[in-house]
Amino acid sequence: MFNRWLLTTTTAAVLALSALSAKAETPAQGGEIVVTYKDDITTLDPHIGYDWVNWSMIKSLFSRLMDYEPGTANLVPSLAESFEVAPDGLTYTFKLRKGVKFTNGREIVAADVKYSIERAVNPKTQGPGAGFFGPIKGFDDLTNGTSEVLSGIETPDDATVVFHLSRPDATFLHVMAINFASVVPKEAVDAAAGDFGKKPVGSGSLVLKDWTIGQKLVFERNPDYFVKDVPHVDKVTIEVGQEPLVALLRLQKGEVDIAGDGIPPAKFLEIKNSPDGAAMIVDGEQLHTGYVTLNTKVKPFDDVKVRQAVNMAINKERITRILNGRATAATQILPPLMPGYDKAFTGYAYDVEKAKALLAEAGHPDGFETVLYSTNTDPQPRIAQAIQQDLAAIGIKAEVRALAQGNVIAAGGTKGEAPMIWSGGMGWIADFPDPSNFYGPILGCSGAVSGGWNWPWYCNEAIDKRAAEADAMSDPAKAAERQAAWGKIFTDIMADAPWVPVINERRVVAKSLRMGGPDNIYIDPTRVINYDAIFVKP
Amino acid sequence: MARLLARRLVQSCLILFGVAAITFVLLYALPADPARMLAGRSATAQTVENIRRELGLDQPLLTQFLAYLGNLVQGDLGRSYAQKTEVATLIAARLPATLTLMAAGIFVEVLLGLTFGIVAALNRGGALDRFVMASAFVGVSAPQFVVALLLLYVFAATLSWFPMSGYGTAAHVVLPAMTLGILGAGWYARMARSAMIDVLNQDFIRTARAKGLSGRRVVLRHALPNAILPVVAMIGIDIGQFMGGVVVVEAVYGWPGIGQLAWQAIQQVDIPIIMGVTLTSAFAIILGNLVADLIAPMIDPRIRSH
Repeated sequence: MFNRWLLTTTTAAVLALSALSAKAETPAQGGEIVVTYKDDITTLDPHIGYDWVNWSMIKSLFSRLMDYEPGTANLVPSLAESFEVAPDGLTYTFKLRKGVKFTNGREIVAADVKYSIERAVNPKTQGPGAGFFGPIKGFDDLTNGTSEVLSGIETPDDATVVFHLSRPDATFLHVMAINFASVVPKEAVDAAAGDFGKKPVGSGSLVLKDWTIGQKLVFERNPDYFVKDVPHVDKVTIEVGQEPLVALLRLQKGEVDIAGDGIPPAKFLEIKNSPDGAAMIVDGEQLHTGYVTLNTKVKPFDDVKVRQAVNMAINKERITRILNGRATAATQILPPLMPGYDKAFTGYAYDVEKAKALLAEAGHPDGFETVLYSTNTDPQPRIAQAIQQDLAAIGIKAEVRALAQGNVIAAGGTKGEAPMIWSGGMGWIADFPDPSNFYGPILGCSGAVSGGWNWPWYCNEAIDKRAAEADAMSDPAKAAERQAAWGKIFTDIMADAPWVPVINERRVVAKSLRMGGPDNIYIDPTRVINYDAIFVKP
Repeated sequence: MARLLARRLVQSCLILFGVAAITFVLLYALPADPARMLAGRSATAQTVENIRRELGLDQPLLTQFLAYLGNLVQGDLGRSYAQKTEVATLIAARLPATLTLMAAGIFVEVLLGLTFGIVAALNRGGALDRFVMASAFVGVSAPQFVVALLLLYVFAATLSWFPMSGYGTAAHVVLPAMTLGILGAGWYARMARSAMIDVLNQDFIRTARAKGLSGRRVVLRHALPNAILPVVAMIGIDIGQFMGGVVVVEAVYGWPGIGQLAWQAIQQVDIPIIMGVTLTSAFAIILGNLVADLIAPMIDPRIRSH
């Protein structure tokens, strides 16, 4: 009896252990890796950089009060050791971790946090992220230039930072985790004389050692990083100006470890079906929705029936095939990974007959002529053409206007200009994993202004009010209630149909066979490539 | 000579001013707004306005242009909108790579072009002539990326004779220079051929032959110097083109030249960089032509007397 017990328990334990070790590889320390990108790195200034290439580098170069667990959307304190939120949601008090140093050797104090946030907001920095800090008291004074500081940030002692908000904001902790909230040393900013983006000094897991403009950047492990055993790699060399196709050939030859731009559509199936394909391709979901905007201020899209008809007319499955299956058809505004996504909501099903009927009901039995804008880099024009064909099937003759990105953005932000825009190449990827990030600038009334990003010029005051209410629920105990409220807001918007949510595109990264770790640290929902977590297999 | 130089310098300044003015107006006439490109998608209207004001984009076009010119005459090309780095620094960093590729590319072009051109001229109407001219036609019509990828695939990816990508050693420059050489040699071959045919029909060549000079000496010593003038002029134009960057070849081989800088700047509506690259390229064209004009009298004494 005893023997049997022993046998079963041991077997179970062994099985459990082996399962565990097979699942979570222990990251090995050491190793030097090469990562390639086509575009040059524009800047590593955390208060300015805002593209998906420099985003992950800035993440690892600097630290912030808050961060996320690798590969997840779970907020954790980082530079902060602990934090407290006042019951009214208007005061946040952070206690700093002790003994953390910038890589120039100076210890980080509360005044550095205050200086950094003020720098992100100060118009002279020309930072794109200033608006995220809008809830902090004194924001308007600093933005208008009547003050040089944010009166809402107090530093009672070197280890304490207190934020006073002018309105409750449930996303505030997320804001403290975005790159724009990175802490920088003032002396290094001043010494860089306007070019801190090329001479960054932070307190993150990596240190910039060398930057040869137009060729490569060399990052080394920060031996004093405050998280033990992070990062795992000793050296990361970023080679820029590398054509994705060539990067892939070099990866196959073992010269490159991560091809940051992924796999060109033309090569995707070949790589996928090659013997090592499965191990080389990292194919992960991101917080992205690709959509067509329907301009509610332009005839005939001012009629909700027309907008609903267009929603039913587009064959989304066919568009996922254009992308070699690297996308799934979208039913709603939020992407599936986003808290608040409603699995039960099916949206408008593809139904040509019903779309035609609805269009006839709206007084357009023979359709109408319109214009569909798109960016001009592959595969976007092909997707726009697919949409054009789908529209033709219900009688809508859409002229496709494929332009450079800047021109499409300009048309979208000009009142009465662009009836329809396919968002591909410019689609919304969330700044942080909170549903509110999919509302304000792109669907809220505040974004429906000249130069804004609310391209359908959609403004529903009742929804705006509910959004403000949801964002004011900053009590962590109400998180589930708030998430449900936001979920309902987005499915309710679909009744007005300002968008056709088309696809949720996955990101594809190609990595060499020696790179270890789960897929979600190569396509981390908040970082893209998580340089803190990736490692070279021993 | 000094008067010629002075006149050309004044002309050059006027041309540069014209290029600056036209480029400036064209860039600002674009519907794309640099402030909004910089501000990104999450920015509030206030942020966009602040960025526009900080960049001076809220000023009237003429004020902006005069400010730009004022800085330019002091040698200041301004700072990149997106990178905040001095444009002069960004261009200077890419200058060695651009000059290397220019020199190597023009060397291969001229070598291949002259050789084939002369061979074709000497075999005028023959099978060799037709073959060379057909090849030249293919060369000038082949798309850059096809030739670049083909060479890369064969000589770097498959045979591993040369590195696939990058910059730094002599081996790195071979494939990009060959690509540019093959593509450009066709023009030189056609030009060298027709110039040689012209010269070969002239009396002094017949005299040289009649004197009993060897065929090689007639071609290299008597015919070639007389046929080379248009080639020198063309090199002058080529220098300018290379200085503006050879975007496709640079992209395929990961060559850190000015073309990649310009291409990315255009995507980002980074006006100071676009202006800087355009002016550098225009300056190089002017300089190249000036040098070509100065060299011409040395090759052909007849020009000196004019």
